[in-house]
Amino acid sequence: MSATLRKWIDERFDWAALTAPLRKKTVPTHDLSYWYFLGGITLFLFGVQVCTGILLLLYYRPSASEAFESVQYIMTRVQFGWLVRSIHSWAANLLIFTAFCHMFSVLFLGAYRKPRELTWITGMLLLFLAMGFGFSGYLLPWNTLAFFATKVGTEITGQVPIIGHGLKVFLRGGEDVTGATLTRFFGFHVALLPGLTLLLLLTHLALVQYFGMSVPPAVEARWKAVPSEAREIKFFPNFFLRELMAWYIALGVLGALAAILPWELGAKADPFAPAPAGIRPEWYFMFMFQTLKKIPAKVWFADGDVLGILAFGVAGILWLLLPFFDQTGGTRGRKLVLGLGTFALSYIIAMTIYGYMAK
Amino acid sequence: MVKILLGGGLLGSFASFIYPVLRYLVPPRVADLGGDQVIAGNANELKPNTAKIFRFGSRPGLLMRNSDGSYRALSATCTHLGCIVQYRSDLQEIWCACHNGLYDLNGRNISGPPPRPLDVYEVHLRGDDVVVSRKREA
Repeated sequence: MSATLRKWIDERFDWAALTAPLRKKTVPTHDLSYWYFLGGITLFLFGVQVCTGILLLLYYRPSASEAFESVQYIMTRVQFGWLVRSIHSWAANLLIFTAFCHMFSVLFLGAYRKPRELTWITGMLLLFLAMGFGFSGYLLPWNTLAFFATKVGTEITGQVPIIGHGLKVFLRGGEDVTGATLTRFFGFHVALLPGLTLLLLLTHLALVQYFGMSVPPAVEARWKAVPSEAREIKFFPNFFLRELMAWYIALGVLGALAAILPWELGAKADPFAPAPAGIRPEWYFMFMFQTLKKIPAKVWFADGDVLGILAFGVAGILWLLLPFFDQTGGTRGRKLVLGLGTFALSYIIAMTIYGYMAK
Repeated sequence: MVKILLGGGLLGSFASFIYPVLRYLVPPRVADLGGDQVIAGNANELKPNTAKIFRFGSRPGLLMRNSDGSYRALSATCTHLGCIVQYRSDLQEIWCACHNGLYDLNGRNISGPPPRPLDVYEVHLRGDDVVVSRKREA
């Protein structure tokens, strides 16, 4: 059967020529090469999100009067609905976590260096999109936490000078967070963001294929000095099977988390109820949330929150352009990037822990 | 000249495709039918040192009953990032749970990140109704 199928394909598409690049492709192997799996795991989790997202779409209803009830219905009446929703929520969080780990591993292992600047930029844009997925998806169950997180998040957009108010109204579908916001966020979450993500993901993967895997500078120097020490394995099947094992472990962790700690739904959003005590955004926005909480109302002559939001905006743009600070190939640029990376990682971890511990 | 005409025509047609899309993205303005006055509650509804959220058009308001039995009303939208504030009877202050902002009973921002005071409304009793109205500019 398989021989007949192979022959059928061969007669039409020349299977051997089509798969030649895959057979030729190799992956460097050294004591840090396990960091290579993180991008693949993030891709796998994205696949899980697409599948579980499609399943949720079968029952979810995107309106303020029905959204909460439809998620409740999925979780209590639909067989394994609780599991599908729990996997979708957990996978979203794990995806952001692995994407962050992937980004910092790329930074600390120097994989962003010339000629891979565009791979870094597309990867960063994908991370921003993943956070956009998280932000838009968070509102969809229309619960209290999501309602206030969206209120604060969109209000932050409104603080951006000149374009802020227009952007806020565009995101909210009006002046306030209402059912119109929910409908818009649903559209962003299931149509706009997936389309953009697919485009960027294909570009990112094509760039990874084109340039091959980067070797960390220290390993690269060692291999240059003693070329016989350089090692690589075939992508197919050797690396591919290892990656599959990593995916399988990720699936195991995901399944365990989703089953043992099912994602809660909370209380239905009431646009005329005070924000409840202990309100927090998702963990990956916590460092920004805590910073905004600690900035005084006025810093010199400016509003503290506006200043904080602008500072985060500038930091985001600089972060996106990070590879261009290390263009000369010398140690100065590399040290600057490593310093910025260490500072950013420490700041994010410290402010996140502080955010969870503070009253 | 031909190039300018062709280029201009192309740009014009492109703009005519994009313009309706951009306009479509801006949601239509919704008139706030709440007016300048609203019945925020019943006079017997609130005990002293308690408060409630009421609808003032499409926005939330905070109606408080002071320890001496008098009423006060303020906008319930935090001036920091728009969360809905609440009355803390233990502190006798107004608190925003989102970023730990505090206001005094006159709506003045006294601690935390809020940059401005809350809007203050006028309150008067009409029979058993507590009527809240926007302050008229002098």
